[in-house]
Amino acid sequence: MPGLEDLYREIILDHYRNPRNRGELPIPPAYAETGFNPLCGDEITLYLQLNGDCVDDIKLTGQGCSISQSSASMMSMAVKGKSMAEARATIRKFKAMMSIHEQRLDGADDGSDDDSGDSEDEVEVSLGDLEALQGVVKFPVRIKCATLSWNTLAQALDHLSAVQP
Amino acid sequence: MALDPTVIKKDFPILDRLVHGKRMVYLDSASSSQKPTAVIEAMSRYYETTHANVHRGVYTIAEEATGLFEAGRASVAKFVGAADTSEVVFTKNVTEAINLVAYSWGRRYLNAGDVVVLTEMEHHSNLVPWLALRAERGIELRYLRVTDDGLLDLSNLEETLDQAKLLGVTAVSNVLGTINPIRLLADAAHSAGALVLVDGAQLAPHLPTDVRALGVDFFGLTGHKMLGPTGIGALWARAELLEAMPPFLGGGEMIRDVRLDGFTPNDIPWKFEAGTPPIAEVVGLSAAIDYLTAIGLSAVRDHERDLTAYALTALQDRYPDLVVHGPLDPSLRGGVISFNYKDVHPHDLSQVLDESGVCVRAGHHCAKPLMRRLGVGATARASFSVYNDGADVDALVDALATADRLFA
Repeated sequence: MPGLEDLYREIILDHYRNPRNRGELPIPPAYAETGFNPLCGDEITLYLQLNGDCVDDIKLTGQGCSISQSSASMMSMAVKGKSMAEARATIRKFKAMMSIHEQRLDGADDGSDDDSGDSEDEVEVSLGDLEALQGVVKFPVRIKCATLSWNTLAQALDHLSAVQP
Repeated sequence: MALDPTVIKKDFPILDRLVHGKRMVYLDSASSSQKPTAVIEAMSRYYETTHANVHRGVYTIAEEATGLFEAGRASVAKFVGAADTSEVVFTKNVTEAINLVAYSWGRRYLNAGDVVVLTEMEHHSNLVPWLALRAERGIELRYLRVTDDGLLDLSNLEETLDQAKLLGVTAVSNVLGTINPIRLLADAAHSAGALVLVDGAQLAPHLPTDVRALGVDFFGLTGHKMLGPTGIGALWARAELLEAMPPFLGGGEMIRDVRLDGFTPNDIPWKFEAGTPPIAEVVGLSAAIDYLTAIGLSAVRDHERDLTAYALTALQDRYPDLVVHGPLDPSLRGGVISFNYKDVHPHDLSQVLDESGVCVRAGHHCAKPLMRRLGVGATARASFSVYNDGADVDALVDALATADRLFA
């Protein structure tokens, strides 16, 4: 049976205690997207500032558990300064890590980034510190905590792609 | 007679199991209680010896199954103090009981501008059906607010109830534990010409219930919170109200006659019970009622009040930074303690407590408006039943120290 040390790795607690990129960005020019976890009431608002195809700046506000907050903090570091394609690739890679033990039907990805349309020009990305969240898959009810900010980011990118040709 | 939890624990086989190598300490009965052997065996025995569909066959076991099913209804009727067994409609839980009232009574009698009064401490099950009716019909919703002490604010009760058609209120808050003054509220509502619907999910398992003494019109209870199985609950309503309400779901059982151009509904309560009902679950609920009644609901209440008092003191003595929501006087609350500890998220608290075998709920408890009132996103909640004792509380208090070490 997995223990707490599998879940609460030191780097996770560090991001929880000292969240990075906390705050808001003015709208416009930034775009804000809010995500909810209806199971526990956690919510997160992402502020994304694009410069052309680049995620120029990202800030976040909201409340949640150590897993959702640290995941969001690490996510913000992972995608800041990256291209949209790199950000999407990071989302895919992270969600794949979170779904290692999930039953897949027809091998379909459950991610909301299915129709992102850029899967052909796959970009190589590294998860880096985010690997610390791997232990979350041993606690299935907490996976939604870890993926909340990522699903919210995917929604934001979908929206921005739709409005920016 | 005082209740002895060490004896009672032996009646609940699940309490023998270990979690992470530790004795499981179950403190989430407000969400769903555990089941005594008497309930588990009654349901098994029914399937092993008696199962057949009810109200249909004329053969022996069909008669027996119908007899058990209707005896279960009589058992619920007696448990809540109903005037007649026909006033008890089986539903799957309180959620369905309230939806039945909102869909059947609400859509027959409520029109645009009609007022329904609810409270800020309601479970979503007593909010969403009315919010849906507001969207559909344009009814007006008003709310009794919650004071800083976790009580209903009754300072403008008459004004709020003015011209209202219905007051919907929980008897005991599933978050704050607050025991609401139902008789007082019912009298005020009736003076204003409103009917009274009570969510009894957290009352029926823990305090004596008497719908006529409470003076209410609709009352819902749910089996799985009162030592019974999931999937079975009941709506009690005064017979003349049920008579004047149209069926909720259509299908078998709820009809007297069906023609190609129409149907005639069955008598109450079967008019509201379309389809084959959960028969084994009624048998299990009946066994749970027998079990609770044998202990005595007054003894249950005394035990849980004393345990709550002990827990409130133990938690606050050891953790001065721990915030308990709701009234601090144990005589005003049921065995439900919602709390927040420093900035530690309730999810993390619950996860840490699980490592010690302690099961508490973390989240918004299906009461998001109340969470907003409390100014928190979520709380951790420990809740008690007949099988909990001081050692369970001690385990909770000790386990919280790990949260201190990890997060604080």
